[in-house]
Amino acid sequence: MDQQYAIEMLNITKRFPGIIANDNITLQLKKGEIHALLGENGAGKSTLMSVLFGLYQPEEGVIKKDGVEVHIKDPNDANRLGIGMVHQHFKLVECFTVLDNIILGVEPNKAGFLQKGEARAKVMALSEKYGLHVDPDALIEDITVGMQQRTEILKMLYRDNEILIFDEPTAVLTPQEIDELMVIMKNLAAEGKSILFISHKLAEIMAVADRCTVLRRGKYIGTVETKSTTAEALSAMMVGRNVNFHVEKKPSKPGDVILDVKNMTVASKGHKKNAVNDVSFKVRRGEIVCIAGIDGNGQTELVYGLTGLEPLSGGTIELCGKDITKAPIRRRSTGGMSHIPEDRHKHGLVLDYTLEDNMVLQRYFEPEFTKMGFLRRKNIRAYAERLIEQYDVRSGQGPVTMARAMSGGNQQKAIIAREIDKNPDLLVAVQPTRGLDVGAIEYIHKQLVAQRDAGKAVLLVSLELDEVMDVPDRILVMYEGEIVGQLDPKKTTQEELGLYMAGAKRDEVIS
Amino acid sequence: MKKLLKNDAFQTLIASLLCIVVGLFLGFIVLLFINPSGAASSIVEVIKNFMHFSSGKLRLKNLGNTLVKTAPLLMCSLSVLFAYKVGLFNIGAAGQYVVGSAVSLYCALALHLNWLLCILLAFVAGAIYAAIVGVLKALCNVNEVISGIMLNWIALYGANTILSNVKEPTSPYTLHITGESPSSLIPSLGLDKLFNNNSYVTIAIPLAIIIAIVILVLLNKTKLGYELKATGNNKNAAKYAGMAEKRNIILTLMISGALAALGGAFLYLSDYEQWSCSQSSVPGMGFNGIAAAFLGGLNPIGSILSSYFIQHITNGGAYVDLTKYSSQISDLISSIIIYLCGFVFFLKYAISSRLEKSEEKRARKAIADHEKGGEE
Ligand SMILES: Nc1ncnc2c1ncn2[C@@H]1O[C@H](COP(=O)(O)OP(=O)(O)OP(=O)(O)O)[C@@H](O)[C@H]1O
Ligand SMILES: [Mg+2]
Repeated sequence: MDQQYAIEMLNITKRFPGIIANDNITLQLKKGEIHALLGENGAGKSTLMSVLFGLYQPEEGVIKKDGVEVHIKDPNDANRLGIGMVHQHFKLVECFTVLDNIILGVEPNKAGFLQKGEARAKVMALSEKYGLHVDPDALIEDITVGMQQRTEILKMLYRDNEILIFDEPTAVLTPQEIDELMVIMKNLAAEGKSILFISHKLAEIMAVADRCTVLRRGKYIGTVETKSTTAEALSAMMVGRNVNFHVEKKPSKPGDVILDVKNMTVASKGHKKNAVNDVSFKVRRGEIVCIAGIDGNGQTELVYGLTGLEPLSGGTIELCGKDITKAPIRRRSTGGMSHIPEDRHKHGLVLDYTLEDNMVLQRYFEPEFTKMGFLRRKNIRAYAERLIEQYDVRSGQGPVTMARAMSGGNQQKAIIAREIDKNPDLLVAVQPTRGLDVGAIEYIHKQLVAQRDAGKAVLLVSLELDEVMDVPDRILVMYEGEIVGQLDPKKTTQEELGLYMAGAKRDEVIS
Repeated sequence: MKKLLKNDAFQTLIASLLCIVVGLFLGFIVLLFINPSGAASSIVEVIKNFMHFSSGKLRLKNLGNTLVKTAPLLMCSLSVLFAYKVGLFNIGAAGQYVVGSAVSLYCALALHLNWLLCILLAFVAGAIYAAIVGVLKALCNVNEVISGIMLNWIALYGANTILSNVKEPTSPYTLHITGESPSSLIPSLGLDKLFNNNSYVTIAIPLAIIIAIVILVLLNKTKLGYELKATGNNKNAAKYAGMAEKRNIILTLMISGALAALGGAFLYLSDYEQWSCSQSSVPGMGFNGIAAAFLGGLNPIGSILSSYFIQHITNGGAYVDLTKYSSQISDLISSIIIYLCGFVFFLKYAISSRLEKSEEKRARKAIADHEKGGEE
């Protein structure tokens, strides 16, 4: 009989200290299908995929490829079996170029000499074919998260893998890029490749996946045909209750100016042009202002300049009436600014610290946590436990879990808890809900609105169109380092927003 | 038992012990190769060290000698360990040790300062010397290993030059502090009596142990330790959290340098050794500190034990039968063992991955058995 399944994972169990990440899970991937994997943060999706990719060994269960049992001891085995994976947190060498990263480990050579020309041609062809635009000679550390993502996808395609695992690939892409990726995935499936696709975005799953398997807290809940279900039903299956997708909020009552940015200019690392060019805007108490735009149009640098991670090359910043243009990061932080960073692994967490130590990363020096130079461990523990409880941060061992051993979404929740609980005058939130499940997103959005209603100023930077339309009171659109439009989310449409984001439309903005 | 095996500290201990055994075995092989007849007895001598003597009094005295040299080694290993926890590899500890030796000797022999002052000045000098590495690293991104190695040589020749002013007229060795400036000697406070009147045994030894505990507390219980380790683990996150990462790098190296320099002061201010102004290689103490730090599992308490062990076999090397081997043999044996100590973390990794594999095999077997059972 012709084998129907490309991959079967049968009764997989994987335990970590304090938690059963996968509890007797069975997943069958048909040939040429796109199979979505859905579940709350910490449900065990990444773990299951890592088992398939040979990064973890399951305690129980078998894996079959084309009906034959296989043992995948490490990613090399996986590669030989044609299994490729794009990880939730990329595994790229920061100081290598895009091209070098793509060919890493499978460098074409003649008698030991690199044949980069060949590789370049193949990479460029793939990039052309699938519309995955990358600059092959740029260093990873200099490019946007979106381009890093594309590099990861190219890496997989370059290896001619036929089973492709995408662990939350769309979390970091722009809406346009997501649409493109959906097309790419469909093409790949049509070519006979089988795809496993993790996403928290139900619309995407409904759009591309043939079937969807749902996990909850490590357990298998069920597999459904997307044709015969709805997004609501899926989310109910996932969290066990109905989720409200719409953000409920009263009209805003803007007060005093909290953040006043005048003529901010930030130099670009890669190019001669300024990454942020002469940008001015204000954020007031009691309002949520959203910086929208396609990734790579200067939002990252704007936030770096604002939070002090990069120096300004021109302009001034005032926070609560005080000039902080040249203030060190700590002074900005104690002066009332919180920052949920774009890259949680680079900036947001010390991965080899425990969850509780990460919870006090911005406050460890306060008298509550330090007395005469000594850490007050009891207070730190109590504080961390409160945040964990309040924000439902799930992990194997609670406050003493290593941050590294937490699921991506729960790492994000920990950062959000820490930054919001600081009770800042200004909350700078960059892609705060990236990688969160629908239930968690609902909660975080409520928290942002609550901050606003408590008279705080919120500056949200988002690539997510739904979030841009739903959460803020005012939208500023960035294009090529400049603010090109100010929109009222209640009056505008996604189409109009898209025009501004693409640079097809621009106004003089005075705020 | 399984649980114990999975324990991190326990794995380190096992790995360290394994390194020691393998090191001793390799040393034995080398001896066997050079002259088979004396190999076994020589290795036994190395392990026995002061137990070589049959009289209890002599044993005590020689145990004292081992301890005298353990103190500086411990300081060097703390120096390396401290920097390592902050993500820096302070190979410059060797040079900072030399600076501490030279400054303390000069203060004693030329300036006749009180011992406490000598120690303090050595401490400060070591900190300043290491600050050069720190500033280069923090502000110009110069690799600390490169600048550390260069500064090691500068320290050595600088020390030789300065100490030539206070050397014996007819030999390359510095004067004895005992004769020149007794108030510069670190006091014994009766400790010498415990070791059969070994006057070299001073409060430097308990001081070194206290400092090890201070470092342990500093790293694990204080705000400074929290900041420094965060910087070492993820300097971007440290910056994001408003920590002064540049200052932290410099501060770390200064503390590290001060520790190594204290080591030099501890040894030379006991008058156990004289500095040879004609030496042309950087003293190995700082480098041995690297081995001791790793053998001790990068833990200050582990360092106390590993420093003692390394010094124990180094001293023991002196009792190798010199009619059968050349006089360098003791150094050779101890350096083989010290070299092996560097493999602790490699071995630890091997142990833990081994454990995982065997567990996996057992799980597979259980499944296979289960399936077989099902078929029947
Ligand atoms: N290396 C590890 N060591 C210990 N525990 C781990 C490790 N990796 C994951 N876990 C735990 O296993 C559980 C499942 O994690 P996993 O990363 O698979 O979740 P996920 O479904 O991918 O969630 P998310 O949507 O947040 O990415 C989590 O509770 C996590 O704390
Ligand atoms: Mg995940």
